[in-house]
Amino acid sequence: MKNQRNNSRHPKQSEESNKNSGIRTTNNPISVVFYGNGGQGVVTASEVLSWAALYANYHVKKTEVHGMSQRGGSVESYIRFGKEVFSPLPVEVDMLVCLHEEEYPRLKPQLKKSGIDLFNYLTQAKQVVGEQKIFVNTFMLGVVSAYLPIAEKHWLEALNKVFKYSQAENKNFFLKGREKGAIK
Amino acid sequence: MAKSSKIVLYSGNEALASGAYEAGLKFATGYPGTPSTEILQFLSQFDEIDSQWSINEKVAFEVAYAAAIGGKRSIFVSKHVGLNVAMDPFMTSSYSGINAGFVIVTCDDPGMHSSQNEQDNRLFARIAKMPLLEPTSPKEAKEMIKFAFELSEKFDTPVIFRMTTRICHSKENIILGNRVEAKARNFEVNPQKYVMIPKFALMRHEELEKRMIKLKKVTETSTLNKIEINDKKLGFITSGVTYLYAKEFYPNASYLKLGFSFPFPAEKARKFCQQVKNVIVLEELEPFIENNCRLLGLKVKGKDLSFCIGEIRPEFIPDIVAGKKKNEKKVVSRPPQLCLGCPHRLVFNILKKLDVIVSGDIGCYTLGVLPPFSSLHTCLCMGSGITFQEGLSKTIHGKKVVGVIGDSTFVHSGITGLINSAYNKTKGVIIILDNGTTAMTGGQPHPATGYTLKGEITKNLVIEDICRVAGADNVDVIDPTHVELLEETLRKRLSEDKLSVIIARRPCILMVQKIKKQKNS
Repeated sequence: MKNQRNNSRHPKQSEESNKNSGIRTTNNPISVVFYGNGGQGVVTASEVLSWAALYANYHVKKTEVHGMSQRGGSVESYIRFGKEVFSPLPVEVDMLVCLHEEEYPRLKPQLKKSGIDLFNYLTQAKQVVGEQKIFVNTFMLGVVSAYLPIAEKHWLEALNKVFKYSQAENKNFFLKGREKGAIK
Repeated sequence: MAKSSKIVLYSGNEALASGAYEAGLKFATGYPGTPSTEILQFLSQFDEIDSQWSINEKVAFEVAYAAAIGGKRSIFVSKHVGLNVAMDPFMTSSYSGINAGFVIVTCDDPGMHSSQNEQDNRLFARIAKMPLLEPTSPKEAKEMIKFAFELSEKFDTPVIFRMTTRICHSKENIILGNRVEAKARNFEVNPQKYVMIPKFALMRHEELEKRMIKLKKVTETSTLNKIEINDKKLGFITSGVTYLYAKEFYPNASYLKLGFSFPFPAEKARKFCQQVKNVIVLEELEPFIENNCRLLGLKVKGKDLSFCIGEIRPEFIPDIVAGKKKNEKKVVSRPPQLCLGCPHRLVFNILKKLDVIVSGDIGCYTLGVLPPFSSLHTCLCMGSGITFQEGLSKTIHGKKVVGVIGDSTFVHSGITGLINSAYNKTKGVIIILDNGTTAMTGGQPHPATGYTLKGEITKNLVIEDICRVAGADNVDVIDPTHVELLEETLRKRLSEDKLSVIIARRPCILMVQKIKKQKNS
């Protein structure tokens, strides 16, 4: 898989192993962008990551723009977390999470050279969720979780916080994504 | 950061609202508009606060302002262009002053993410002679709104609280506190203060000028205007979110961060410029701070004119510092579109076929301008769908003009236009695209839905009745899924020498889905 660093050293996730996960905690904030099409759950996914980071005691900033029209059209949501975050908008991102093939090239240039691109997981996400397309974002969140220094319990807490409906299914698809993200 | 159940992830809008709640806010009004909408939605959950969607910003402003005079801490919330609608009461409210605290929240939209212009409402502070507060982040918005009420009460003035889209819709960790009730105040009969006949208004103008002199002293000492001296070679005078962008690139520079930016803290700015060699003024949109500095003769560097257009992004900062022009890498986004299954689509298909001039209005349906419909030809402001139909139909010959307007927009400022059309013998067709909600801002109720902001059942405005009494000769109500009937009726009405309203009524597809989802859970 291209653009992924530390592939060989990527460990199975546990609380303790967080320091070895895909992106390390540094003094600089970690920046992630979720993007896709309106109605795909881009904003919801970014909400889950933000809450997970908040539960993990990070300072979190998340930003997106609520534009015209409710469905269709490009959507992106940026999350930055760390010890202290200034700008809500990053200049470059550490992680690219695209939920829509046609949208992919649009924000690709924003990825740092050393950044992680999760685009290749999108096909798997679609296969795993099948007809239940609304869970693509949850599966991708699972993948994201495998790369970030946030413990599993915080992710699960965040999932329940954000998803008011179908909590069991969301947990299930999240864990499947997390498993895929951890195996290289 | 200590974990506590009182730490939440709130947007700037939610943080502002929770800060206002903690400050003892009792009355809140507004009209939905991106990026301001969530403030009132958030406030509506509190029993202690009488909150409402008003029919438009002028009404909202007057109701909230009167509540402040009546003795309750009040807030008026709108997007930047919404304040234009409230300009009449806004301008004179600084003469009368307040009783209990009154804060005017204006959410500006640099970059026009969902607006018709990107006016900088900070300039209104100077025109109306009101103090201006500008937070940089959700966290600051929450704390600063409390100060806004105190400032308002201490100096007997409305206070402008300026947010921007990037602050409204960014989220961060927010620590919640307890509500503190404000001191009770009674309404006092005081015609010289509250009845603005010329004689009294002149006296109040004098009061206003005295107040400005007092406020000027406050801005000089306010901790919201903070000097941070680090590297003395490079410094920034900045406000709002641009402060955070600059911090990202130049953490070691010196800063004069303005949170209370009008009246302008001249001495502080002068002092800062004496200490720092190269001073850059960094602000979004208009050179508001920059012009204030130049009036003082301070040697500061502003941004190139190209940066006055659109939102400032963090990556622009080095170019602004270097005095360069904007060199934006355009990211091609897919344009917004009417949702699949949106009932407006059916109407625009017919309008396209009939090859008429369509005067549009503000709402999701403005997207009728884009392909595949390309059949909306004007859109200026709220209510202009109807008034443009009048002006255009009286001047264009050879082509029919059809006005389109949404249900919420019609109630906001379409009714007056319709009365004017009837009164001034206008002929032609107005289509009210009635999807039963304020759709573009996420589905807020309005008088013709029969529900209030708090979800209570109320009197239901019947749009067809009000069209008839306004003077429409024909009022047809048609479900746009009856495409043939709609087209036939439209053709018929266009052929008549009458003023006709066709109400194309079918609920917004997203609202139907929302209700279904709620029922199933």
